[in-house]
Amino acid sequence: MITEAQSMPTVLYVIAAVLFILSLGGLASQETARRGNTYGIVGMVLAILATFLLGDFEGWNLTAQVMIYGSVAVGGAIGAVLALRVAMTAMPELVAILHSFVGLAAVFVGWSSFLHPHSGAEELSKAAQNVHLVEIWVGVFIGAITFTGSVVAWAKLNGRVSGKPLLMPQRHMINLAAVVGSLILLFPFLDAGSGFGFTLLLIMSLVAFGLGWHLVMAIGGADMPVVVSLLNSYSGWAAAAAGFMLSNDLLIVTGALVGSSGAILSYIMCHAMNRSIWNVVFGGFGTDGGGEPVQVGEAKSADDCNHTDADEVAQAAKDARSIVIVPGYGMAVARAQHLVREFSDQMKKNGATVRYAIHPVAGRLPGHMNVLLAEAGVPYDTVLEMEELNDDFPETDLVLVIGANDIVNPGAETDPASPIYGMPVLQVWKSKKVVVFKRSMRMGYAGVANELFFNENTDMLFGDAKDTVQAILNALSGKAAA
Amino acid sequence: MQLGVPRETGPGERRVAATPATVKKLTKWGYEVVIEAGAGAGAKIDDAAYEEAGATIDPSGDAAWGADVVLKVNAPAAGDERHEVDRLKDGATIASLVFPVGKDDLLKRYADKSVTALALDQVPRISRAQKMDVLSSMANIAGYRAVIEASHHYSGFFAGQMTAAGRTRPAQVLIIGAGVAGLAAIAAARGLGAEVYVFDVRPAVKEQAESLGARFLLLDVAMEGGETSGGYADIMSDEFIAAEMALFREKAKDIDIVITTALIPGKKAPVLFTEDMVETMKTGGVVVDLAAEQGGNCALTEADKVVVKHGVTIIGYTDMTSRLAAHASQFFATNLTHLLDDMGKHEDFKVDLEDIVVRKALVAHEGAVTWPCPPEVEEKARVAAQPPKPEADASVEARKAATPAKAGVSNFAGGLVASAVGVAALYGIGMYAPSEFMQHFTVFVLSCFIGWQVVWNVTPALHTPLMSVTNAISGIIIVGGILQATTGEVSLATILGAVAVLVASINIAGGFLVTQRMLAMFRKEA
Repeated sequence: MITEAQSMPTVLYVIAAVLFILSLGGLASQETARRGNTYGIVGMVLAILATFLLGDFEGWNLTAQVMIYGSVAVGGAIGAVLALRVAMTAMPELVAILHSFVGLAAVFVGWSSFLHPHSGAEELSKAAQNVHLVEIWVGVFIGAITFTGSVVAWAKLNGRVSGKPLLMPQRHMINLAAVVGSLILLFPFLDAGSGFGFTLLLIMSLVAFGLGWHLVMAIGGADMPVVVSLLNSYSGWAAAAAGFMLSNDLLIVTGALVGSSGAILSYIMCHAMNRSIWNVVFGGFGTDGGGEPVQVGEAKSADDCNHTDADEVAQAAKDARSIVIVPGYGMAVARAQHLVREFSDQMKKNGATVRYAIHPVAGRLPGHMNVLLAEAGVPYDTVLEMEELNDDFPETDLVLVIGANDIVNPGAETDPASPIYGMPVLQVWKSKKVVVFKRSMRMGYAGVANELFFNENTDMLFGDAKDTVQAILNALSGKAAA
Repeated sequence: MQLGVPRETGPGERRVAATPATVKKLTKWGYEVVIEAGAGAGAKIDDAAYEEAGATIDPSGDAAWGADVVLKVNAPAAGDERHEVDRLKDGATIASLVFPVGKDDLLKRYADKSVTALALDQVPRISRAQKMDVLSSMANIAGYRAVIEASHHYSGFFAGQMTAAGRTRPAQVLIIGAGVAGLAAIAAARGLGAEVYVFDVRPAVKEQAESLGARFLLLDVAMEGGETSGGYADIMSDEFIAAEMALFREKAKDIDIVITTALIPGKKAPVLFTEDMVETMKTGGVVVDLAAEQGGNCALTEADKVVVKHGVTIIGYTDMTSRLAAHASQFFATNLTHLLDDMGKHEDFKVDLEDIVVRKALVAHEGAVTWPCPPEVEEKARVAAQPPKPEADASVEARKAATPAKAGVSNFAGGLVASAVGVAALYGIGMYAPSEFMQHFTVFVLSCFIGWQVVWNVTPALHTPLMSVTNAISGIIIVGGILQATTGEVSLATILGAVAVLVASINIAGGFLVTQRMLAMFRKEA
């Protein structure tokens, strides 16, 4: 039943939905990505305008206006400051905390919707009312999990909470109890009046807050990329659930878009680590160095590998015709990306081809390395995916592995006993020479020894990546001057 | 500790056991490096370059010979006045090529002076010792140089030509023995554009040869294992040799260039290319015999000479590596530093008899001749050289093969179960849900599909911007907040709505702005 007054907002909603789809579609390539973001902004403005048009004008009084405009101004300012200040290395944290806001907003909208049904739910049939209540229940549940889960993910990513998984006894039972408990509470909720019902809703929210906290606490720091993608998905589903409870198709469409986007990202990340989503969420596997690493393979120490120094690497780089740089989280931690770019520029001037190889799980967020390299001014057409480059390693003269470990572990292909066996890795060992930049012989996040470090054609360069790359640059310029 | 590098005195020897790069490394470890004047002349390294790297130049050579550790390419030889071993300090350590078979006199001299002597040619062929394996690094050079020498004496193109002035066929090259030298020769000849055929008694090397672009010649007789523990070819049965000869005879008439690399360690090289094969070759053909030093694989080879027989040039140089002296020295010197590295560099330098590499290379130590190795050491080296057990490989392969199949089945079953559950759920919803809900539900399902289709197209490089933009878009929940905040008089419901608006605004502004910031950084190569 569309009345005259409602047609205009609906048209705007359709346009906004289409713009959101175009926005995601624009990210298919770097050339169209900026346009995509603009589509998103235009879509959002249209959506908000349409909502004002759709607003219940009885309630559109001065207080409401002040509250809304004030909220938009304050929230927008906070968001702008966050966005403009954040360092690119801290992107994962920002993304995580933004997810928590969506979750929180979904919880508030759910509570509010229960307290004051927007579309006159009193007139609805019993069945429709039950459906509405279930929608609120689901929306608040997902929103609450998203909120606390994202807050924990944020805290783990910026080190406020240890990356070590918190493994409570019977943790699977606790999770199950929380889910089943929430389900059971739903039945009295359907029949309860508004007063007792709200109490039940709050109890369930607390349970869901606890569940979100506990779920993410049990996941190791190394698995945070998957968790953040997963929470990205949840925040979408939370928005979609809010759309159901408010009978708002735009919310449903947008929520579903975001939800499937996050689901795909989680799938890609899990696939790149050769693990199932269940294993990540319930495995408690990715310890953050603080835990006891599982030693697999025979114990070897730093003495068994070839050591090298900056002068030698500089010389090898000058002689190399094709160079591939494999950045990992270590490069991000050392903030060495600018120096690495300087190095690659020099090598290009020297006539070598320099390319970057990005493993899907390098860094702490899907695509994190690409952003860091882009920040440093590395042209994106020299930054390649694992599949694009893996066949080229045999023809590569020199591979520089900077702060990466598990993603270049040959054991993933050769050692069936290895926990990462079957995970696709960058086959750097097939190249003529590999130099590994590493702080120490410490194992990677998977806690697996890496045979690559002991290979004949692998040299180890120990130290902070920023210092070692600087030393190489010095060696290069020293020689150029001489 | 002093480390000396004397000048090589052997006829035609132009290599040197240290380069400025290795001197730099050795000095860094703490050695005082002494280089005999002119030691690098053959490899075109002047004394000044050594000095610059931290070495001192010793005009007479006495200081270089008298150092605690002496590095040489060739073993000391009898000089005009005295044997070079006598120039060594008592109890010194010397590392060089030795080839101890039939060198009893040299070994005895070493023992008499309590010299610790390491024979680089005795380093076992195990993967850990590859970095010290001079035989491999020198064979690589010899193989390459063999092709270059052949190209000098061959009066045609290697690569086929197709020009207005006529066309030529690519040179036909036969390489006998696909060891390190043979493989290097394949690569060099292929690089010049020749068609390369390879023969080897070890079927295991077929793949390596083919990976370099050569055609591997197979015999009709069952191939024997043909491999000793060190990866060298073994002596073959009569029947096998007969078949091999027939094959060469057959092939010889089409071949322009033959490069033979068949060596059996410590034995006379087998004659594989007989006079009648040379005769069948085309006039102008070239034979390069890399086994010339050990008697030659070709019956007509004369060591250190180039002879022309039956119109075919036969090259018997024994100094192939010296003909590439600069790079040969570089490799040799690097192999040597790896050996010293393995033995504890400088302060911790010691002769560890438990170290199988050192034990195998040791030919004299503490006044005794320590060559040949006792059989138990040989056995240890042999075990270490064994490739991984084929059973293990097979199980890995089997597992690799089995996993996708199994995964495929379980995926399929999982998919089936999931779709069954999905259909049942849809049916359930359709039965009971009100029609308004079904409308929303339709929108929801279709949107999921659109999202699924669109997001798969996003390039992985933009996954972080994807997350931040979806973050911003999911701020659409602001719509819910606005709707709830305008439902009437100020109440808990409207305040909650307003808070939702505030929180969602953070998302919208933060998400879009940070995406903008990130995307602005992506630039294409100018």
